[in-house]
Amino acid sequence: MSENGHFVSLQGVRKRFDDLEVLHGIDLDVGEHEVVCLIGASGSGKSTLLRCINLLEQVDGGTIVVDGQTITGAKVDVNRLRQKIGIVFQAYNLFPHMTVLQNVTLAPRKALGIPRSQAEGHARALLRQIGLEDKADEFPDRLSGGQQQRVAIVRALATGPKLLLLDEITSALDPQLIGEVLELVRELADSGMTMILATHEMGFAREVANKICFLDDGVIREEGPPEAIFSSPREERTREFLARVLEGGRL
Amino acid sequence: MGQFLHTFFSPFDFLRSAPAIWNGFQLNLELMVVAEAFILVLALLIAIVRGLPGRAAAPLRAAAIVYTDIFRGTPLLLVIFMVEGFATLNYFGLSSQSLFRNGVIALVLVYTAYVTEVYRAGIESVHPSQRMAARSLGLSYMQALRYVVLPQAIRRVVPPLLNDFIGLQKDTVLITTIGLVEALGQANQWSSDYVNFTGLTVTAVFFIFLTIPLARFTDHIIRQRERRERAQAV
Repeated sequence: MSENGHFVSLQGVRKRFDDLEVLHGIDLDVGEHEVVCLIGASGSGKSTLLRCINLLEQVDGGTIVVDGQTITGAKVDVNRLRQKIGIVFQAYNLFPHMTVLQNVTLAPRKALGIPRSQAEGHARALLRQIGLEDKADEFPDRLSGGQQQRVAIVRALATGPKLLLLDEITSALDPQLIGEVLELVRELADSGMTMILATHEMGFAREVANKICFLDDGVIREEGPPEAIFSSPREERTREFLARVLEGGRL
Repeated sequence: MGQFLHTFFSPFDFLRSAPAIWNGFQLNLELMVVAEAFILVLALLIAIVRGLPGRAAAPLRAAAIVYTDIFRGTPLLLVIFMVEGFATLNYFGLSSQSLFRNGVIALVLVYTAYVTEVYRAGIESVHPSQRMAARSLGLSYMQALRYVVLPQAIRRVVPPLLNDFIGLQKDTVLITTIGLVEALGQANQWSSDYVNFTGLTVTAVFFIFLTIPLARFTDHIIRQRERRERAQAV
């Protein structure tokens, strides 16, 4: 917990790729057990922001504090930090040469040094919770997209993270497979997991989020509780974005 | 025609030369196995060094590049002569009398350069998101490499590795030029003693019978893995 009582605190975060600055100074606070949804058009910086929080991308300015630790300074043990912060990607990124069980137990065994039998027991328990225990010995390619993404979530949970970052995790899924993944995220939210989600699922964002942040051209144009953002957005840009999304039938 | 058949395919010479050539061929087998063991390990290390990130590793990366450039560009026969020549200086306990060892050194120097490139291509063919996913779980750079990137990379390059291995097998005959009497050395002896080249045919047959099962075996391994890991087409 940082001094201001937030679990995650970003101040003036900037990120540049070559000559293009994609984040122009992001301020964001996330309390413990809070669920924050990042919405915004493709290319608005949502994914980059999430990747900065677990240092998959190095920030070019500003500070990020997670669980009382300033992670943007020097001498940060990135491996240990990442064990506390799980991330799930749009394209699942499961390891195709490993079974489901091996995917889930890799980090606990190799990064945390947990003995194999213990790691496997824990992994099977997690897989049982999401109804995929019978797939433990299958390779990822044999699973449906929804099943793969649920395994990816379990894999991210296996190191016992205190924060979960979800990067448009339903965008690559067929519509009929989205529900099972969102259901799992909903359960995690109910269990008190602190989460930051980038999503295009506005209905879902409205339902699970404590706070919505509208990212636009690398800044947070507007933020607030879901009702406020979706029902009475203050900013013209937010209204335009939501109108466009509504046309797409996503609300 | 009869003259040709007699010179290259004389059954009598075939049977008479085969035992001596078989004895020599064992040296080719030893050369190839010993050299390949070094090549597979050294090339992997150099490929890993070439991929190391960061400024601190720049001199190592440069050294790896210089090495592959030099030894991929130099004809193997030349390297064999140079190693044998270098051995006459008796540095590092080398000796121009140790023909087998000098041959292995030359083969390793040249083939490691090729195989490094094969590994490197394999490593680069693994999508960066795989490494990113591994790192995001808290695995170190080396752990991500070892458990996630290399297993996928190496599987993909098994066929080209086998190709280079077959090339190596055949190139072991070049060691005959510094006086090691392996299969080709024996065959040449037969040719000059009896003015008949059937010994060369015998040598060719040995090499062919060595490579064919190896190729089939690799095909089998690849197919088996495909079946296990890939989804069935629906």
